[in-house]
Amino acid sequence: MAIKIIDQPFDPYQELQLYQNSTLAHQGSIGATSIFVGTMRDFNQGSQVTGMSIEHYPGMTEKQLALCVEKAQGLWSILDSLIIHRVGIITPNEVIVLIAVWSSHRGDAFDATRYIMEALKSTVPFWKKECLETEAERWVMSNTSGYQ
Amino acid sequence: MSIKVYYFASLKEHVGSSEHELDFIQSLTVTEVWLQANAELVLPRNTLAAINMEYVEWDSLVSDGDVVAFFPPVTGG
Repeated sequence: MAIKIIDQPFDPYQELQLYQNSTLAHQGSIGATSIFVGTMRDFNQGSQVTGMSIEHYPGMTEKQLALCVEKAQGLWSILDSLIIHRVGIITPNEVIVLIAVWSSHRGDAFDATRYIMEALKSTVPFWKKECLETEAERWVMSNTSGYQ
Repeated sequence: MSIKVYYFASLKEHVGSSEHELDFIQSLTVTEVWLQANAELVLPRNTLAAINMEYVEWDSLVSDGDVVAFFPPVTGG
C-alpha cells in the first residue's frame, strides 16, 4: 500500500507502471486492477475556472487516507493499493487524484476503488480554492456524493 | 495545560490566523476551545473538528499537549 501527496504535476500511468514494476505486492495472485483518475475541469457551478489551489492538513491527510484503505480492506479482498493526490497550484487538465486497487477478482477491485474515492471525497482534509475567469477566487464549499 | 489550535482553508481566513496557542487550567471541550480562542467570532456552520488528527465531536475533552484543528467540509478528489 502506498500513499503519496505531491505538489507537482504527475502522470498517473507512469506512476502506475513504476509501482507495478517495483513495489507491487502479491504479483502472482493479481487478477484485477482497477484505476480511478480524477482530472481538473475548466468549469464548475456555472463558471469558467482557470486554476485551483489545493490545501491540505499534512499528517491528518495521510492518516485519513490510510483509514479509507483500511476500511476498504475490511470490506473487500485487496492485495495492494496506490493513492496519489495533488496539492498546491493546479491547472485544468492536470490530474488531481489517482486511486489504484489490485485484487484477485474484479468485483473487489471495482468496489474498493469506488469506496476509497468516495471516502476520500468526504473525509480526507483537502480543500480546493478555485480561480475564476473573472479573476475572482472562491472556496469549493462541499463535495457531492458520487453515488447520487 | 497548553494546546495548539490549527485552522485551515476558509476557516483560516475567517479567523485571520493559521494557529493559536492556548493555555488553560481545567479541562475544556472542543466547543470551549473555539470559544476561548475566538470568542468574538461566529463559528461557521458545518465546521469540523479534530484532535491529534482524528475527527472528534464538539463535546470531546481536550488534554494537555493536544493539537486541535478546525476546518470546513473537505473538498478533495
